[in-house]
Amino acid sequence: MMLFDDYLLLALVIVTALGAVFVRDLFSGVLTLAAYSFFLALLWAGLGAVDVAFTEAVVGAGLSTLFFLVALFLTSHQEEIRKQFKVQMMALGSLGILGFLLLFGSVDLPVVGDPESLPSKHVSSHYLKKSLEETDTPNVVTAVLADYRGFDTLGETTVIFTAGIACWMLLRRSDDSAT
Amino acid sequence: MIRPHDSVIVHTLARVFIPIIQLFALYVLIHGHDSPGGGFQAGTLFAASFILPVIAFGIQGSLTVLERRAVILGGIGILLFAGIGLVPLLLGEEFLNYGELPIPGMEASAKRHLGILGIEIGVTIAVAATAVSIYYSLRERGEGEGN
Amino acid sequence: MADIVLYRPHFVAFIILFLLGIYIMVVSLNLIKKLIGMYLMQTSIILFFITLAVKKDSTIPIILSSTTAVTPEAYANPLPHVLMLTAIVVGVSTLGVSLAMVIALYRQYNTLEEDQILGKMQ
Repeated sequence: MMLFDDYLLLALVIVTALGAVFVRDLFSGVLTLAAYSFFLALLWAGLGAVDVAFTEAVVGAGLSTLFFLVALFLTSHQEEIRKQFKVQMMALGSLGILGFLLLFGSVDLPVVGDPESLPSKHVSSHYLKKSLEETDTPNVVTAVLADYRGFDTLGETTVIFTAGIACWMLLRRSDDSAT
Repeated sequence: MIRPHDSVIVHTLARVFIPIIQLFALYVLIHGHDSPGGGFQAGTLFAASFILPVIAFGIQGSLTVLERRAVILGGIGILLFAGIGLVPLLLGEEFLNYGELPIPGMEASAKRHLGILGIEIGVTIAVAATAVSIYYSLRERGEGEGN
Repeated sequence: MADIVLYRPHFVAFIILFLLGIYIMVVSLNLIKKLIGMYLMQTSIILFFITLAVKKDSTIPIILSSTTAVTPEAYANPLPHVLMLTAIVVGVSTLGVSLAMVIALYRQYNTLEEDQILGKMQ
């Protein structure tokens, strides 16, 4: 695992995120967000999370960009810049304090890359040791997702189905949607 | 009325890519056991292969049933998932314990393997149908709408 | 403080992205910009969890041989990966519903700016 060779990817991620939010034309902003998603997927693949990187590249960079573009197609895509000095200063001040507190609290986090850190003990090591003989599945993430934590996956599928129904209820006008 | 795209390049490339995307989606679904993949990625790729013909060829590229009732297919996917999980419950074991499915001649780990494949298919159908349905909902034109 | 920045570059990146997302959601008046901020917040949290799952000199959590015994130190921790898969999919469904609400608002008030919508509502 290359832990510190992805300084470049981290810098690219932050630069594209800044580009996505501080650009005035929303169309360019959404496409920069897609680039941000792809760089993030590369970063996660480099950190060993290949399933998450695949899902982010397909679902995050693909599907969410598609939805954004369709929404922009139906609405306007120029943002009007208004100055609101007071809100910006208050936001910057309070978020600065929050960032400082987060950095302060990070001292107690486990060292990155430590194999003996607490999230890697107990249940997780059982999943790694026993998943091949209990479920016949070399991909441990699929085994945990579909078998050991299958109830969460059922809830997640229900959430996505509910989102489909909610979009249908919000936007479908008539029953004859062929026009 | 969703108009077709007017570029010949888009038409040709769509014709080439749609079957390739579907084949790749099927591969990702079935190889979710041995390589990175699984239900969610395959479902979204299937959805892409159903949205691309609509973008390229207009409303004639779509299946009418998907356009009107795609959400029902999503419900069928969840029913498949919950149904496979419910069968052990009806036999007296726990919910979603695939090792107790009533298939003769298989040991528990092979039954879990089959159960995982079954629910991944359910998840794929649900995710694909819902993504296509959200696309059609977002594309819906209200009355008196320009553009 | 300097050693925190040096030893945890991923955490610093997570802080920057997360605070950027909250800042844009609070300050911006355009609804689509707010949704871009929400998406940044969600993906930054996922970055944080993935960083917790990394182990030094480990490989991806796919076990290829069934004969040798598995040492958990040689594979990355799969449990945060599973949780984050769920988080990504739930995030995109939330985004879909939010975009549906934005389109419905645009149909009604014909603008995407928050203060203009609030003004027309009164």
